[in-house]
Amino acid sequence: MKIRKLFAAVLALCMLMSLSATASAEDALKIGVIGPMTGGAAVYGIAVANGAKIAVDEINAMGGMQIVLDVQDDEHDPEKGINAFNTVLDNGVQMILGTVTTAPCLAVAAEAYEERVFMLTPSASATGVTEGRDNAFQVCFTDPGQGVAAADMIVAKSMGTKIGVIYNNADVYSTGIYQAFAARAAELNLEIVATTTFSSDDNADFSVQIAACKDAGADLVFLPIYYTPASLILAQAKAVDYAPVFFGGDGMDGILALEGFDKTLAEGLMLLTPFAASSQDEKTQKFVQAYKAAFGEEPNQFAADAYDGIYALYTAAQNAGINGDTAYDEVCELLIAQFPTLQISGLTGELTWAATGEVIKTPAVYVVKDGAYAKVD
Amino acid sequence: MISLLSHLMNGLSLGSVYAIIALGYTMVYGIAKMLNFAHGDVIMIGAYISFCAIHYWNLPPALALVAAMAVCTVLGIVIERLAYKPLRQATSLAVLITAIGMSYLLQNSALLIWGSNTKSFPDMINVPAISLLGGELIIKGEAIVTILACVVIMIALTLFTSRTKMGKAMRGVSEDKGAAELMGINVNLTISVTFAIGSALAAIAGVLLCTAYPALTPTTGSMPGIKAFTAAVFGGIGSIPGAMVGGILLGVIEILGKAYISMELGDAFVFAVLIIVLLVKPTGLLGKKIHEKV
Repeated sequence: MKIRKLFAAVLALCMLMSLSATASAEDALKIGVIGPMTGGAAVYGIAVANGAKIAVDEINAMGGMQIVLDVQDDEHDPEKGINAFNTVLDNGVQMILGTVTTAPCLAVAAEAYEERVFMLTPSASATGVTEGRDNAFQVCFTDPGQGVAAADMIVAKSMGTKIGVIYNNADVYSTGIYQAFAARAAELNLEIVATTTFSSDDNADFSVQIAACKDAGADLVFLPIYYTPASLILAQAKAVDYAPVFFGGDGMDGILALEGFDKTLAEGLMLLTPFAASSQDEKTQKFVQAYKAAFGEEPNQFAADAYDGIYALYTAAQNAGINGDTAYDEVCELLIAQFPTLQISGLTGELTWAATGEVIKTPAVYVVKDGAYAKVD
Repeated sequence: MISLLSHLMNGLSLGSVYAIIALGYTMVYGIAKMLNFAHGDVIMIGAYISFCAIHYWNLPPALALVAAMAVCTVLGIVIERLAYKPLRQATSLAVLITAIGMSYLLQNSALLIWGSNTKSFPDMINVPAISLLGGELIIKGEAIVTILACVVIMIALTLFTSRTKMGKAMRGVSEDKGAAELMGINVNLTISVTFAIGSALAAIAGVLLCTAYPALTPTTGSMPGIKAFTAAVFGGIGSIPGAMVGGILLGVIEILGKAYISMELGDAFVFAVLIIVLLVKPTGLLGKKIHEKV
């Protein structure tokens, strides 16, 4: 009898506590985060979730409007992305930071457009994500945007006059950057002397591509590819004493973290990336330290994009007078109106948005110096 | 002219990698009469073991190679005992499918153990490159070592199979398992030894492959494995010198095709060679024609 009473009392207490928990959560802004938390692309999804958490912790510590995150796994799979999208909506999320990778993002964006849910992707860079959808915005550069910025940068800083290109023509990301780069180079009278391709990130032998660039006398080789094939290209170019300037996009970020990589090979490598953890900028240093303390590793570009994304959503929500009670479809229209006027001074630069959903920010060029990134001014 | 020569040199170094993998393929096929499609993945395991030996356990390169060979030898014997021995009387198709399954098992185990992030393989061979024609033509140190290793292994294998008692037993098993057993040859032991040697060679091939192309992932062995299989068929599967010749020719064909015809079709040339050989000369360049007596 006594035990039963005690049990009832405990239950009642639990109920009371859960009630008060929901009460405080109801005032808070609810943001859904969707990305690959497991599987082959997990490194990106986890970085986004972690970066977002750092931003949320900072905002919540300031007092005022609180934020609650609801993180769901899409395993880098479009179908699971839709499931995750439905889950966060069922959980009462008001807006979405995501998804992280392009393929699921395209699927979720179509669904979110129908359902009228606002989404801001930290890292899905294909133009198809925002095209024809007023509710989808990006924090990262688009692929063509990167190609144009790279060509502009090479000309502005006169890094090279004869350009060789090695790109993966079976990959959307690599091809997207290359095509915009080539078009922009033609406008700027930047001479591309050799365009070479490969068709799989498992490709190991680049001797033919390197020889073509070398024979054409290229003094700068543009590599809009991921860092694994790039690491092989650097090693094989060195073996034949070919030392042009190598210039990569944000896919190159990560090459220094490659386990066992001989960092001297990357000495002088240039890359266009909006964020580098080694930057001495005060805001970056604060973020890097908080991230390291919480997760024990250096944040990458994805974490920084997510951090900026949370601040963008938070600021826009405040400007629009959105609170925890605003319905998601109402939130969507308010944020669509708000984003083109928004200005965020973030980790990845000064961010503003076009009404089409594309971000406008200045890319920074980094050079690898003594095994670390150094900013090129 | 110089660019042709340098493409030839690149082809030679790629081909020497194919050749050394093909030696293991052809050795197992020649004796056990089965295509061990998991060979490429044993190579990958060998490369991972030597990566760990150097990177985590701080062993010198020579010991790392020995460690990789030891692990691969044991792995080869275990694979043979668990997966292939129970199928000794089964159709060759069943064995082939088992081998493919084994290949996936090894790849996914590696994914579990070492993760999907690429590892950059350390430079284990410190042989300086040879520079000819005033630096216009460079022969990489790894290529020289790989070709030398190929020749040494080829000669050693040929001597082993023709001169030693175990080698004689292997040739007997290769010709007729039943008759060999009646002659008092321990067929199971012979096949185990074959797999042990083949897998030890795979470890050497893994180290040389990853020294030449230092990006190590769980799928590192699969494409080179399939190309080396093509090389073995090209040279005449079962023939030890054939594997070497086939491998080197295949590397040269791939590089020249990429350089002068189409960069995207590099892999297609390799497999076109396989189709042509099978159509025109199914026994390969140096293969023996076996007359089936009826």
